[in-house]
Amino acid sequence: MISLLLRDLKLSVRAGGGALIGVLFFMTVVAVIPFGVGPDLNLLSRIGPAIVWIGALLAALLGLDRLFQTERDDGSLDLILMQEHPLVLTVLVKCLAHWVANSLPLVIASPLLGLFMNMSEAAIGAVAVTLLVGTPALTFIGAVGAAVAVSLPRGGLLVSILVLPLAIPVLIFGVSASYAAVQDPAPFMPPFLILLAITMFFAVLGPLGAALALRNASD
Amino acid sequence: MTQSLAITKFSDLANPTRFLNLSGRILPWLGCLTAALFVAGLYLSFTTEGDYQQGETVRIMYVHVPAAWLSMMCYSVMALSAIGTLVWRHPLADVSHKAAAPLGAAFTLIALATGSLWGKPMWGTWWVWDARLTSVFVLFLMYLGLIALNRAMDDPSKAARVSAVLILVGFVNIPIIKFSVEWWNTLHQPASVVRLDGPTIDPEFLIPLLVMAFAFTFLFFTLHLMAMRNEIWRRRVTAQRRMAARMASRES
Repeated sequence: MISLLLRDLKLSVRAGGGALIGVLFFMTVVAVIPFGVGPDLNLLSRIGPAIVWIGALLAALLGLDRLFQTERDDGSLDLILMQEHPLVLTVLVKCLAHWVANSLPLVIASPLLGLFMNMSEAAIGAVAVTLLVGTPALTFIGAVGAAVAVSLPRGGLLVSILVLPLAIPVLIFGVSASYAAVQDPAPFMPPFLILLAITMFFAVLGPLGAALALRNASD
Repeated sequence: MTQSLAITKFSDLANPTRFLNLSGRILPWLGCLTAALFVAGLYLSFTTEGDYQQGETVRIMYVHVPAAWLSMMCYSVMALSAIGTLVWRHPLADVSHKAAAPLGAAFTLIALATGSLWGKPMWGTWWVWDARLTSVFVLFLMYLGLIALNRAMDDPSKAARVSAVLILVGFVNIPIIKFSVEWWNTLHQPASVVRLDGPTIDPEFLIPLLVMAFAFTFLFFTLHLMAMRNEIWRRRVTAQRRMAARMASRES
């Protein structure tokens, strides 16, 4: 399992892995927003947390189709399916590796983008913390979509369509927790804890569903 | 004893020919019942008094509310069929949830469209990002995604199994979506018919509403059975065509 984790990490960081493309995409999306709404710093600081969250959501979706696709292309998916370890565990490890390679850079990049958006320190910290807690849920939900679409030749767009509706709760609670940290009357902890609960929940359900779909998708 | 009988009866249905025979016998009755209920429901909903506040627009409710209920019931039917697909490999379950997805999308679209028409005179706007509206819209998107997934795969049984996984994950997620958006923003009124302390709606409106709800439910089951029969026939035609092509290539 550890070796699988390391293998996936190496594969995604090395040439052709495309892990850092996600960060680049994230920055580009966030940088495009001021062109759309105008460079009004007050407005940007107000909608900043939401924009950073949406950017992270889109960037997390971007890399999802690679989760099982490359394995299927070179045939190692069949080996993974045949090995003795429970498939659910393997999928969980693959999700973790994917998260470390693709989503953790987004979390690290988010404070910088928060500065661009003229957000206060509290808001920047809150967005980073909620992203840290919330992005694993996106990866786990996305694993189901990626496993479902693994046998399709161009499943990338379909994965996004299938996964986005399921990811809405994560977005809602992530953004509301970030705003709660800035605005006084709203408490920070309840939405944050619900976000944590959603992540835990999908850490169980996501790999289970993905393993089921992988078994059924292989012929 | 009765239970085992029920189970054997149910697994007898796994034979598509038997299902076709049985559904062919049931369908005319179901269709007549649906038509009768619709006649009664529409008559009632056009003859009852309008609301003192909302006037005539209250009649939109008789289409809007049943369609919204049906959009949720359809997803539940799909989830049950998905369990049937994954657990028992019941061949009709595949057909069932594939046939139900476009119906669910249609009912959801009706609910959204009539809700929008009702919202314009009542709330002064076609659309608000309210909890109920948003979660129904998300449900609509999920139906469309499922249809797209089903169409993207050639092998029908594989498509059925894979989309069954997605249906089940979505089914678990629907309450989460519902409560998350409810917590987020709310304008739509809360439930007023199905409540623990009895309906808060006046019987003047309740009776036509319930008749229409039954009419919509039977309409759904009629259309669902018809769509399932179509799907079975479509698969048979495809199989026959394949066989014919194989024979032709063998002869030449």
